[in-house]
Parts: sequence; structure tokens; C-alpha cells
Amino acid sequence: MTDPAIAANGLRKSYGDKVVLDGIDLVVPEGTIFSLLGPNGAGKTTAVNILSTLVSPDPASGAIRVGGHDLGADPQAVRAAIGVTGQFSAVDGLITGEENMLLMADLHHLPKKEGRRTAAELLDRFDLTEAARKPASTYSGGMKRRLDIAMTLVGSPRIIFLDEPTTGLDPRSRHNMWQIIRELVTDGVTVFLTTQYLEEADQLADRIAVLNNGRIAAEGSAEELKRLIPGGHVRLRFTDPHTYRSAAAALHDTARDDEALALQIPSDGSQRELRSILDRLDTAGIEADELTVHTPDLDDVFFALTGSTAVPSQTADQVHQTKENVR
Amino acid sequence: MSTLSLAVRDSSTMLRRNLLHARRYPSLTLNLLLTPVMLLLLFVYIFGDVMSAGIGDGGADRSEYIAYIVPGILMMTIGSTVIGAAVSVATDMNEGIIARFRTMAIHRGSVFIGHVVGSVLQVLASLVLVGAVGVAIGFRSTDATFIEWLAAFGLLALFSLALTWIAVGMGMASPNAEAAGNMAMPLILLPLISSAFIPADTMPGWFRPIAEYQPFTPAIETLRGLLLGTEIGYNGWLAVAWCLGLAALGYWWSASQFNRDAK
Repeated sequence: MTDPAIAANGLRKSYGDKVVLDGIDLVVPEGTIFSLLGPNGAGKTTAVNILSTLVSPDPASGAIRVGGHDLGADPQAVRAAIGVTGQFSAVDGLITGEENMLLMADLHHLPKKEGRRTAAELLDRFDLTEAARKPASTYSGGMKRRLDIAMTLVGSPRIIFLDEPTTGLDPRSRHNMWQIIRELVTDGVTVFLTTQYLEEADQLADRIAVLNNGRIAAEGSAEELKRLIPGGHVRLRFTDPHTYRSAAAALHDTARDDEALALQIPSDGSQRELRSILDRLDTAGIEADELTVHTPDLDDVFFALTGSTAVPSQTADQVHQTKENVR
Repeated sequence: MSTLSLAVRDSSTMLRRNLLHARRYPSLTLNLLLTPVMLLLLFVYIFGDVMSAGIGDGGADRSEYIAYIVPGILMMTIGSTVIGAAVSVATDMNEGIIARFRTMAIHRGSVFIGHVVGSVLQVLASLVLVGAVGVAIGFRSTDATFIEWLAAFGLLALFSLALTWIAVGMGMASPNAEAAGNMAMPLILLPLISSAFIPADTMPGWFRPIAEYQPFTPAIETLRGLLLGTEIGYNGWLAVAWCLGLAALGYWWSASQFNRDAK
């Protein structure tokens, strides 16, 4: 039980001159959700493909163990422990949803009766009973994705890889999918999830690794990652220059934006800090025209770490230093 | 579970899947059947008088030409219907479900063994249909013994297996269904330059060796010998050698492509 579900050291992969994964370390404890977060082309899918035995890692990679088995030495044992739902739907469109499920049951060597029961249960759980006898090619995107995950669950895998499970889904289907993923871990299953949506990682993952250009730019819980970014603040905006100036005098430690008549007060957004700001404004008899609380979200982290131009380079530098400390 | 029983079990699961596909979408196989049937009717009824004049010592009649052409058409049916295997393998390899199979603890070869067995069964069914057309227009096997019938059937099955393996390899090597169809085209063109329609010794001298030693001619000549009692000679061994060689090559080609990293 002390073995982590997934442990990879110095995972490397390059295609010709193009380095896709430049030595990443991953440790995923059993029964947790781990999210690999990154922009398109960061190498997320390659990481999933390697860990799920689809693609072999470069020989220069360190030890890689999945489900306690060595990936290179015993890929069949790894395959027996995992379930994979790839980015592109892995259902057989020519046959019905039910036939897809029974196919999986047969390939997992379930006895006929048990296979039928499992298939029926999962179809029901994923709300597909009604469509079970229609060809999978006629399913909507959300239904295909649900069938895909249902098929992955047939063999009761202990480790599940989900490569961008909600890409292309509408908001309702996305929330359904989140609920499904949450339910998976309550049964002790380990989930390795890739996503380009920060909100998704924030909602689901116990630990998040931000992958950028084949390297892990930062790793931690959503909270830890958010702490890497300074920039939580309260912003007060005024229409009257006079009020603006007296507010600036009453509050210390503010960043002034004279053009917009706005003040920024560093704050973690907690009730206590907000109250103290409001108290000071009240005492001075000042009323702001607009008050907004800005807490750093994963978007800030993401943009800062993946070097988007939307974030001032200074911030990115700071993050870089902080990140080194955290690691 | 032992490796063998795992292989048998997973392959039969995959076979069921492929037969399900074929049953739901029979149009591909039926389309491919049209070519040999059309050629049979064309050569017998439209070109028949001229063609029959060219075989034997001249002066042969149409029924003799039917006897001559049907074994060739049967072999061509194999070449034609295995194109379906190439197309469906190529289509399948582009489906996400193959990636899923690769991440499952199933017998590695079962995916294409299922395709091969499914395709051979389809080819055999096609042969029955085309053979029935042949009989309907007057083909009769003259004094073939039971053993010879059995051998003829065995030869057709073996040739189907060999060409199917090649077609599966072609399907795996193709990026999509169209490319697979094009790549497998020689399988339907080769019979045209074999002894299927005219005897190889009536062809230009420089071309004769190509026609005589390509896989179709020995197979056709052997089938003729078995069904009609003509001279088989070295063609029997040559046909079996071609079949075994092509099957082994196709198997090796398919397996090495499947075991490569996913695209």
C-alpha cells in the first residue's frame, strides 16, 4: 500500500530533434486525483501515452512504475491495472453502446452473466440505458464520452487515465463528468487527469502539476500553486478625484492608479482584511464607487508559469524564484 | 490463463466484433464481389466467342471457356474481396478503440487475428456466391474426386489466408481507408496478368515469366488441375510455397507494425 500508484523519474521523450518531455518526475499516491495541467502541445498526451504503455519512453528516462509494476519490464501487468480514456473517443462507432460494453466485458474475461450485469449497471450509471441499442456513432459528444468512461470502468481498473475528459463538452456535460470523476475516487481509484482548464484542475485535483514545454513548471495543491502568485488585492475605484486622494491618504500601503482613480490594496481577500479596509474608509468618511476583491486564481498561476505575455515579465520572474523555493 | 487460451479467447472476441461489423455493413464486401462476377459474365458472354477460339487447339466452344475461366475468377474473387480487409483494417487503425485495445491486458495479436479470420470467412462466403454464379452459367467439374475437391477447397482457403495477411499488412501501413484501397489494388489487377483469362503461353515471350511465376498463375493452374484434371506439375508446390511465403510475410509485416509505438 505504500507504493504510489504512479511513480515516474526523469520521464523523457523526444521525436527526432523535438523534445516533448524533458525529464519530468511524477508521483501520484493511491486514491488521489492528480492533474497534469498545461496548454496545447505541452506534452500532456505524450505523458499519458507513455504511462499507459501506448508509447515507449526514451531510454534515457529513469524508473517508471505504474500500479507497482515496471513499465518497461512488465507492460501487460501495467495494462491489467489501468484503464484509459483517451482524448479521442475510444468507442467502436459501428456497433451499439451495449455491444461496446459487452466487448469490453469479453476482453476482461468476465463470465457471460457477470459481463451482462456489469454492462447493464454501468450503462445505467452513466445514463445510457435508453441509447444502449443504438450505434455509438449516433451518440452526442457527451454521450460518447460517458460511454468511453463506462467502457474504461468495465474491468474495475485501480488507476484511471483521463486525457482531457471534458474538452469539447458543454457546461452541463462537463459538470456531469466532474461528478463522475469525483465518484471514482471515493472507491479508492487513482485518477490521472490531464486538462487545459484550470477550473477543472482546481475543482477535482488533489495535486496539480503545471506542464509547460515538456517540463514541470510547478507542482502542488491548487492552494499551494495560488500562493506562488502574489497579486491578491482589493481594488477601490472612485469617480471624484478629491475622495480618491483622501482615500489614498487614509489607507497606507496602496498602489495608486491616478489615471483611473483606483487604489489597489494588497490583501488575501479574507473577511478580516476586508473589514479592516472598510473600517478605515468608514472612519475617514469615504465611500468608494466600486470595490472588487481579486484573489489569485489558477489562471494567474497558469499564465505566469507558462510565460504568457498577458502577465508582466516581472511577475513571472518572481514566480520563478518562489517556485524554486517551493520545490 | 495460458498464452494460447488467452490468444484464442481474445481473438474470438475480436472475430465476433469484425463479423458484427460485416453483418451490419455488408456493402463493402458486396461491392467487391461485383468485379469478379462482372468480369466472369463479360468474358463469357461478350468476349466468349473470341476467347474460346484462342484456347485449346482453337475451335473450343463457350462451355470449354467457362470451364477455363471459372477457376481464375474464383482466385480473382479472393484478390478482390481481401481489399475489404485492407480497407477495414486501415479504418479500424484510425479509430480510438484500437488505442484502447493497446492499453488493455489482452493478447497483442488478437486485434488482427480477428480481422484475418473474419476476412477469410468473408472470402469463403464470397467464393461460394461466385462459384454458384459459375455453376449457374454452366461450369461443371469434370471427374474431380472427393480428395481433389477437398484439396481444391484447401487451396482456396490457404490462398485466402495468404492474401488476407498481405491485405492486413497493407491496411496497417496505410494512413486511411482510401490509401489502403489503392495500395491493395494490385491484388485485383494481378489476376488480369495471370492465366486467369488466357493461357500464359499465349502471352508475349518477354512477359511470360512474369505471368507464369506470379502468385496467381500457379494457384489458378493448380485449381484447374484439381477441378478439371489438367496438368498441375510444379504449379502445386509453387502455389503452396507462394501461400506460405505470403502468409508469413504478411503476418510479420502486420505484427511489426502493430507493435510499433502508436502514431
